[in-house]
Amino acid sequence: MSIKDAAQAVMKKAVQAAPDGWMPGGTPDPLIRQKHGLIGKPVSRLDGPQKVSGTARFAAEFPMENMVYAALKYSTVAKGRIKELDSAAAEAAPGVVLVMTYRNAPRMKPAPLFMSSDKAAGGDDLPIMQDEEIHWNGQPISLVLAEAQEQADYAKSLIRVTYETEPSVTVFEDAKANAEQGVFQGQPLLLEIGDAEASLAAAPHKVDVVYRTPRHSHNAIELHAATVGWDGDNLRVHDASQGVAHGAWSLAQVFGLEEAQVHVTSPYVGGGFGSKALWQHQILAAAASKVAGRPVRIMLSREGVYRIVGGRTLTEQRVAIGAQADGSFDALIQTGMVAMGRHNNMPEPFILPAMSAYKSGSFKLAVEAAKMDMLANTFMRAPGEAVGTFALESAVDELAESLGMDPIELRIRNEPEKDPTSGVPFSSRHIVEAYKAGAERFGWAARKAKPGTHREGEWLLGMGCATATYPYYRMPGGAARITLTKDGRATVEIAAHEMGMGTATTQTMVTADRLGLGMECVTVNYGDSHFPGVVLAGGSQQTASIGASVIAAHRELITELLKLAGKDSPLAGLDADEVTGRDGYLCKADELGRRESYVSMMARIGRDEITAEATAPPPLEFTHWSMHSHGAMFCEVRVNAVTGETRVTRFLGYFDCGRILNPKTAASQFRGGIIMGLGLALMEETQFDERNGRVMNPSLAEYHVPVQMDVPEIDVIWTDIPDAHAPMGAHGVGEIGITGVGAAVANAIFNATGKRVRDLPITLDKMM
Amino acid sequence: MNSFTYARAVDSADAVRQGAAVNAKYLGGGTNLVDLMRETLERPSALVDVTGLSSAITEREDGSILIGAAAKNTAVAENKAVRTRYPLLARAILAGASGQIRNMATVGGNLLQRTRCPYFYDDEGSRCNKRVPGQGCDAIQGFNRIHAILGASSACVATHPSDMCVALAALGALVHITGSDGQRTIDFAELHVLPGENPEVETTLRPGELIIAVEIPALPFARHSVYRKVRDRASYAFALISVAAAIEIDSGVVKDVRLALGGVAHKPWRALKLEAALTGQPATDENFRAAADQELADAKPLTHNGFKIELAKRTIVAVLAELAGDLS
Amino acid sequence: MSINVNGSSIDLPSDTRVSLLDLLRDHLDMVGTKKGCNQGACGACTVLVDGERILSCLALAVQYEGRSVTTIEGLSTEGMLHPIQRAFIEHDGFQCGYCTPGQICSAVGMLGEVKRGLPSNVTGDLAGGSITLTRDELCERMSGNLCRCGAYNGIVDAITEFAETIK
Ligand SMILES: Cc1cc2nc3c(=O)[nH]c(=O)nc-3n(C[C@H](O)[C@H](O)[C@H](O)COP(=O)(O)OP(=O)(O)OC[C@H]3O[C@@H](n4cnc5c(N)ncnc54)[C@H](O)[C@@H]3O)c2cc1C
Ligand code: FES
Ligand code: FES
Repeated sequence: MSIKDAAQAVMKKAVQAAPDGWMPGGTPDPLIRQKHGLIGKPVSRLDGPQKVSGTARFAAEFPMENMVYAALKYSTVAKGRIKELDSAAAEAAPGVVLVMTYRNAPRMKPAPLFMSSDKAAGGDDLPIMQDEEIHWNGQPISLVLAEAQEQADYAKSLIRVTYETEPSVTVFEDAKANAEQGVFQGQPLLLEIGDAEASLAAAPHKVDVVYRTPRHSHNAIELHAATVGWDGDNLRVHDASQGVAHGAWSLAQVFGLEEAQVHVTSPYVGGGFGSKALWQHQILAAAASKVAGRPVRIMLSREGVYRIVGGRTLTEQRVAIGAQADGSFDALIQTGMVAMGRHNNMPEPFILPAMSAYKSGSFKLAVEAAKMDMLANTFMRAPGEAVGTFALESAVDELAESLGMDPIELRIRNEPEKDPTSGVPFSSRHIVEAYKAGAERFGWAARKAKPGTHREGEWLLGMGCATATYPYYRMPGGAARITLTKDGRATVEIAAHEMGMGTATTQTMVTADRLGLGMECVTVNYGDSHFPGVVLAGGSQQTASIGASVIAAHRELITELLKLAGKDSPLAGLDADEVTGRDGYLCKADELGRRESYVSMMARIGRDEITAEATAPPPLEFTHWSMHSHGAMFCEVRVNAVTGETRVTRFLGYFDCGRILNPKTAASQFRGGIIMGLGLALMEETQFDERNGRVMNPSLAEYHVPVQMDVPEIDVIWTDIPDAHAPMGAHGVGEIGITGVGAAVANAIFNATGKRVRDLPITLDKMM
Repeated sequence: MNSFTYARAVDSADAVRQGAAVNAKYLGGGTNLVDLMRETLERPSALVDVTGLSSAITEREDGSILIGAAAKNTAVAENKAVRTRYPLLARAILAGASGQIRNMATVGGNLLQRTRCPYFYDDEGSRCNKRVPGQGCDAIQGFNRIHAILGASSACVATHPSDMCVALAALGALVHITGSDGQRTIDFAELHVLPGENPEVETTLRPGELIIAVEIPALPFARHSVYRKVRDRASYAFALISVAAAIEIDSGVVKDVRLALGGVAHKPWRALKLEAALTGQPATDENFRAAADQELADAKPLTHNGFKIELAKRTIVAVLAELAGDLS
Repeated sequence: MSINVNGSSIDLPSDTRVSLLDLLRDHLDMVGTKKGCNQGACGACTVLVDGERILSCLALAVQYEGRSVTTIEGLSTEGMLHPIQRAFIEHDGFQCGYCTPGQICSAVGMLGEVKRGLPSNVTGDLAGGSITLTRDELCERMSGNLCRCGAYNGIVDAITEFAETIK
């Protein structure tokens, strides 16, 4: 079910219900107006001391008594069946406790495929070590448990397998012949307004070109890992997870358990970017643990991550823009093809940016999926947008060049007043301001309009820009619990995640402001499937989801508090909307002197603690408004005229993402996204050998991600204009940073050299 | 990784004695060997740790420098004599790997590190004539952007990944070796071999032989030398192409020149044709280019690495022009 | 057969295959040192051996018999964070925190190298004695530590600030 579907399904009921503050028909979150609090202050991470001292424990770092270590062996063919599998030597090897194969693995159901229901977390829905069938090159075919990791690894190397291969589709060109309409979140990736091809043909100015982006791997530095154990029929999982509630429910489906029988915790996640979902390793570890009767620690090798954790798929995108001499678009076409695994549903939706970026007389946007026998491709930071903006924003630059117009001016001329494809108003959109202020700050005026004319020694200099865009999401199911204790402290519990976004810190600030408490009086607990809420750390929706959940729980708490405090309290007779928290007191909002401290109220009530739990209202806001984050991205490069090497020397991201809650951690999120975008632009590619569907650079030495020396000082700044229709006025900031970067770099390279590269990554050979 | 015994050698005689055991291997810093053992590409049953042997860096009376094989890469780059007399060597080392790896890696190990060809590494899923002689080579029709353009064979197109070795090739170093048959010294150019029909053979070392030192001859004009490495990111990446060069120019004419290429072949590639072509010629960009053309005349591109031919030529010209510019 | 870890003498494992990294993580439950690749390609496992930074994943524990290893856990004393650890927090030199122990140990080792005058790939004059820790010098020297969260700017700021204080 799609996010929008889910929203619409509950909409009918909800419309009658009183809408909460910032919801359609209501007033904005009161926190937006509040200027005296913690929001907007640069606060250092609360988990910083643990992280810098090595005391923060990640998934593979929880010891369990009597634990054994796992190693996985992977298939080497793309399709077929196991003919012979000889594990005798492995079983006899020192320290080996179990060799699990399809022959002795317990019966399990496939994992529920991510997005097939609200708590589904599986990367694919294939059988897991249940039969001889091979579905991709790299599929786990055997798991070894041993007393020590060295023993498990060695025993694994003794397993001998032969295969009967079957014809497979591992060549993209072959797969294209049988491509299907891409369907994303229940909606076909197809949108036509007017006759775009005819308008294009008739337009006096046009670009019509094809862009290509390769496969990518998330490459979180923490290897995928889990420590699992059974207590009777209860499964305990220390996971690295972007969705603990999703993981617990999905594991329960696999093993035929009640959801509550599976307990997943994930206090720290060493980077996710979309990759830390439920893949086969957690399931196989749990299965092996069941068979062996001992807890299991599994940590994939780096190669293992490439073999069994999907990444971003490749795209081939045609972008055609037809325009008048003044630059106004008559036609905007973005169509093309992505490769997709047969057992997942992620047709990299690269047309999403084009749905709202520009106004145009006509649109034709479509994604087709070419099914291949390959590892399930999946969500990776800004799925769709990261690669879609590369093509779209490169094409806009190409059009500007052919019109002889400044590319910023061209964008401003096509700025829509309302969402150009859905027709609904924007909730908040200040991209023009961002461009103008960004151009000023970056020194855009110094850019040479004529490409290839700025040279210093061997180096050619150039500047480029591009628009960043990513939607505001909030998925249904968010819920939170708040407990207020008699000493005036509050604890929030929510099944949310901290993967480095700064969630724990930021939400502590927000909750403290909401309650009118100091940060030291607020604790936010997360990363535990037993906590309330279904809160995915993905789609940049976590901030809004937690925000909405805490608003709801907070309202319950205050209502309860006021009710219990009774008529002797100075606040008697007021309801939750009439009070506000300040300095440890609840105060009448428009008469701050009328107040009572939480400690005093709790004493009056005579309770040690009061707990309130509530579910966030359904996400109606983005059915009423077109909600997006934006950014104006500016890049300066140097390209070596001798060797073709590109160095990014300056980068500015000017963002419009609503109110920024914690500038310190938000800046890091922006920069982190931009740096991953530099990788996408210049060096990243998962090399998929089309002869056998095997990833050939499954290593951080061979798959290049940016190193310290590749990264200049990155300037990030923001409009800080709150979005009245979002909780706290804020948008998530995790993914916007990577969008637009590929094009900003490619456009800068064009400006430096006059050479247009439409095929990522822009490695030096393409510049020669 | 299979099980193995581990022992430290106290001197080179002890090392050779232990190294003669069946399936024994010398262990330097382990930065390549441990990785290859983990990948099950190397399966020694005994490791003889040779990091306790000579790591001395000695300037000798004849002007040469002797570097003990156990010297750490960092120590060589840090050595004052190396830095001032052979900057190309210091630069080559510093352009390689990372600070941490250079602190671990030894000179002996650096010389004998093995190729980074992904099909060589893919023990389970790909064919490789180095791993299994006669099996076939999946790189030739596969991803071969990093592979050889010179001296490759129909059996193997792998490259030697070392940076340091490119500088040593240019310098015409000597390699001191000892074994059960006694000591010998060979030219650096003789250490590594081209793949031919037997790519599993990578050097001319005999079984059990130990590298004890590398000798760099006095080469006064190497004071003006450079190492230039071209790669896919700004640091911590192997070379696509690298050039180590030193040149001596007298009144605008090349008196002597040393140049070697990295990233182009199964061994560090000493550019003898280029050297011969340039010697005695005016030091002009045109002549540099002509000599580079000559050196790469036999280059053969694969599907993805054709760019290396032009890249090598351009880098050669840029490096020589830079050196000539400094000298004029 | 022992090795000194953060001041304590530790018996070496009997299995020679155990890496220094796995000795720390699996045998000693000192999980501050991280595993990001186990192949020398990420720097997450960086520790200091007799003050020099190395990669513990490519080190067999037996090779380091008799040596002194300092890990991230050994940098803070009696619960007090080392100033460089505080600088990392102040400058947000991390996000997920997984590469962080390696970054910090690497930085400490790196600053020692700078102090002794070890040149780097971007050092202009190799013959010169002392090194000025410019941004380029710092970035080149720290390039053996990947950070996929992209905390690189904060890492530079943190190390720069700390380097100022020890000048
Ligand atoms: C991620 C990564 C990136 C790298 N990047 C680069 C790079 O950019 N440029 C570069 O040049 N290198 C690079 N390297 C490779 C590194 O330089 C080598 O691994 C290192 O030089 C090997 O030295 P060692 O002492 O650790 O050798 P070991 O791993 O100990 O040994 C390597 C081989 O040499 C043999 N051996 C060791 N000493 C002797 C001896 N005295 N006599 C005979 N045989 C001996 C061993 O038996 C083994 O076969 C990189 C490595 C990694 C892991
Ligand atoms: S774990 Fe050692 S370098 Fe990555
Ligand atoms: S902080 Fe996450 S990898 Fe560096």
